[in-house]
Amino acid sequence: MSLHEAGAVTGVGETKYMRGTDRTPVSLAMEAALNAIADAGLKPTDIDGLIPYGAGAVAEDFVTNFGIPDLRFSATTPMGGASAVASIQCALAAIQAGICKHVLLSLGRTGYSGGRIGTRVQQMPQFRTIGEFEMPSGAIAPPQLYAVMARRHFELYGTTSRQLAEIAVTTRQHAMRNPNATMQRPMTIEDHQASRMISDPFRLLDCSLESDGAAAVVISAPDIAKDLRKRPVLVMGVAEGHPDSPSVITQRPDITTLGLAKAAPKAFAMAGVTHGDIDVAEVYDCFTYIVLCQLEDMGFCKKGEGGPFVENGALGINGGRLPVNTHGGLLSQAHMAGMNHIVELTRQLRGEAAVQVPDAEIGLVTGYGDLGDGSIAIMRRA
Amino acid sequence: MSYDKLVPEPTADTKPFWDALNEGKFRLQRCADCKKIRHYPRPVCDACYSMNAEWVEASGRGTVHSWTVTHHAFHPGFKGDLPYTLLTVDLAEGVRMQAQARGIAQEELKIGLPVKVGFERVKEDLTLPVFEKA
Repeated sequence: MSLHEAGAVTGVGETKYMRGTDRTPVSLAMEAALNAIADAGLKPTDIDGLIPYGAGAVAEDFVTNFGIPDLRFSATTPMGGASAVASIQCALAAIQAGICKHVLLSLGRTGYSGGRIGTRVQQMPQFRTIGEFEMPSGAIAPPQLYAVMARRHFELYGTTSRQLAEIAVTTRQHAMRNPNATMQRPMTIEDHQASRMISDPFRLLDCSLESDGAAAVVISAPDIAKDLRKRPVLVMGVAEGHPDSPSVITQRPDITTLGLAKAAPKAFAMAGVTHGDIDVAEVYDCFTYIVLCQLEDMGFCKKGEGGPFVENGALGINGGRLPVNTHGGLLSQAHMAGMNHIVELTRQLRGEAAVQVPDAEIGLVTGYGDLGDGSIAIMRRA
Repeated sequence: MSYDKLVPEPTADTKPFWDALNEGKFRLQRCADCKKIRHYPRPVCDACYSMNAEWVEASGRGTVHSWTVTHHAFHPGFKGDLPYTLLTVDLAEGVRMQAQARGIAQEELKIGLPVKVGFERVKEDLTLPVFEKA
């Protein structure tokens, strides 16, 4: 038994993405959810499964606001930025078990206007160990905690800051063609190289945004999905992966490998496709280096070859190698913890994206978070 | 001036580590049954699942595994320290530890650089480990 095509994305929705709002995360989450439900051609009361992300709106908020009469499944997938894609696996398992038919994945946040993401990590229970042993030394925020992974990659494989810049610049070029991306100013490699150092080797333009907004996805049973409003997008393969020493990066035997390295082979096997079949990839991009490392961990190139792989705009819509983060990603669209990546992949495979890969048939989306957790889903248009 | 940085909150599982630092000693946790050293301190040995632990004096010597030089204060208490270097070090005992570097120039940093643990008493009941050139 496998989750191969055990569910389909039938609806996606977003708010306008912002840097500054008076609205609450719950209000934003409700708006995106209503948009996703309408996109699927469903009524809010059709939702019988809920997987909300982290803080913000919880399952009870949806029951109350939508008057859901019989919520049959409620879960969370506590994997930070890997949660959104991991919740696809959770939704498919619940659907295949016959528990529910329409699962809503939701994320709403005021990452810019509310609690800043940079300092939030201190309050999270899964970071108890680094809270005691690393934060007192001044290793506090994700760019510092992840920088040691990038530095070792640089030293072992000769990866350079200019190669990371390629990722930032290509992602910005996509954002500038997407009306719902917050960063619309042009960026060059030189702009990246001139941006201030945050935690070596990460410069400001290696880091993702802090954003306000919400995104939501509806996943439905495949037999129902085909009769809904939009052409369904079937989940061919899905998996989550947890790295060794998941709570402390510095204790991990190989700090240049993420949890995704365990998940990706399972997802590709379940999907029955190979790398050459992937027309578009939405790859979690909290930092430029994390994109490079995931491309390696998924097997698009060998470990250590990610730098040359991304050079010369190879990840661009017309880059010739692999279009990545066609919406502008967390780096230049908005930091919606990867829910926006699922929305974008769905639109690509429906042929309705703002920056469309011509005739995209099969694509993948990844998540990364909580110091190394990974998740991946491979999808196709029905 | 009072100490305004983040401080550890030791637990029953971790207190001997901090107590040792306050005495100017560097101790690591070891399985009392199979003798495997583990760090950071925790209740169970992942080699034999024993919950019996002991504390042993460690060499404090190691080599650099990776590093970052931080130029942005993510907590107001660290503003005056900028820029500061955080070292991830392979200790001779086979575990890693992360701490700030002392007296090591950025251009000297490389994988394999030998370092040793130093002790910095930052307030009455707290001594933090640092890494110095060996």
